[in-house]
Amino acid sequence: MVLHLTTENFEKEVLQSDLPVLVDFWATWCSPCLRVVPILEELDKEVIGLAKVGKLDVDAEYEIADQFGIMSIPTIVVFKNGKVHQSVLGVQSKATLRKLLEV
Amino acid sequence: MKKVIIIGYGPAGVTAAIYLKRTGIDPLVIGKDLGALDGYSDLVENFYGFSEPIEGYKLIQNGVDQAKNLGIEVITDSVISLKQDETGFIVKTQKKSYHSETVLLATGKTRQTLNIPGFSKYRGKGISMCATCDGYFYRRKKLAIVGCGPYMLHELEYLNRISSDITVFTHGNKLSTEIENPIVSDQILSFRGDEKISHIVTEKGEYPVDGVFIALGVPSSVDFASQLGVVVEKNNISVDENYQTNIEGLFAAGDIIGGKLQIAKSVYDGMQAADSIYLYLKNKSKKA
Repeated sequence: MVLHLTTENFEKEVLQSDLPVLVDFWATWCSPCLRVVPILEELDKEVIGLAKVGKLDVDAEYEIADQFGIMSIPTIVVFKNGKVHQSVLGVQSKATLRKLLEV
Repeated sequence: MKKVIIIGYGPAGVTAAIYLKRTGIDPLVIGKDLGALDGYSDLVENFYGFSEPIEGYKLIQNGVDQAKNLGIEVITDSVISLKQDETGFIVKTQKKSYHSETVLLATGKTRQTLNIPGFSKYRGKGISMCATCDGYFYRRKKLAIVGCGPYMLHELEYLNRISSDITVFTHGNKLSTEIENPIVSDQILSFRGDEKISHIVTEKGEYPVDGVFIALGVPSSVDFASQLGVVVEKNNISVDENYQTNIEGLFAAGDIIGGKLQIAKSVYDGMQAADSIYLYLKNKSKKA
């Protein structure tokens, strides 16, 4: 299951995670963002036990989006050991996202 | 409602049109110019069947004429946006709007990169290529839009709804129509800022901004495909073995999908994409 990230669970699920976490910053009004969903779902199945995959709605959870300076969506950020490891702008293929995770 | 709209009338687009026409499908081909070989007076010597070398632009023009002679509808216009609805795709050009079940992107690669210092640094940090994607972050902010033609007006119309403080920077170009927004017509020298963009620097001064939207010239197919959510990697549109993108019914062929930037490869792509589109439409009508 792709994690539904919120201001409440972000610390625990992402920053304190032992596994790398891929976070998709998106919003309901952003049409290209909707294309990321099926790609994330497939990726999530592939990396079970190796990494976590989640998405964060920048409208509802704007505090987190602001904290990481998100100004363009979709932005996909990989977190490792509680820190931003790398990030990309725009819709990416599953293979590219997996490479970002390095798992 | 068209069955197929092909955007681009180079080797990939025209070949796809010819093969589709043979299956009984009437495609509409929209092209804006002769692509990478427009104005290319160098001789093409490596394409099959020409005993004498031929000028690049002539070869492409011959292809357009060939399509027309076969009764294929070919128009010259620039596409400024590509959108989707429940039944298919809406292709908006400078002059009109068209509706189709499938679209083949075969525009080639003549992407304009903006060669202004600071552009790459602030991309995603205040510089955006997509008003509908990122506009929300800039509600009621001080904005700039860079551009001068119908594409800029299309993006501006959207931005005017989210902020009342938008200056148009034409970057030394002439505006195609009159608008109410303030206009700066100097050349842009650089984008300046700290973590995020803060100023546009021109020959005549510095302008504070919170966000800059780029809509120069006409959008490349990479621009309007990414606004729709197509997977674009290293400036190539990603397709599967059937030349279909991650969006059902949206296909791509030729230089735009990467690989060898050669006429022979584009012709092959065009033929294969036509097959896939034909099969796609056939299966779709079976289901319906």
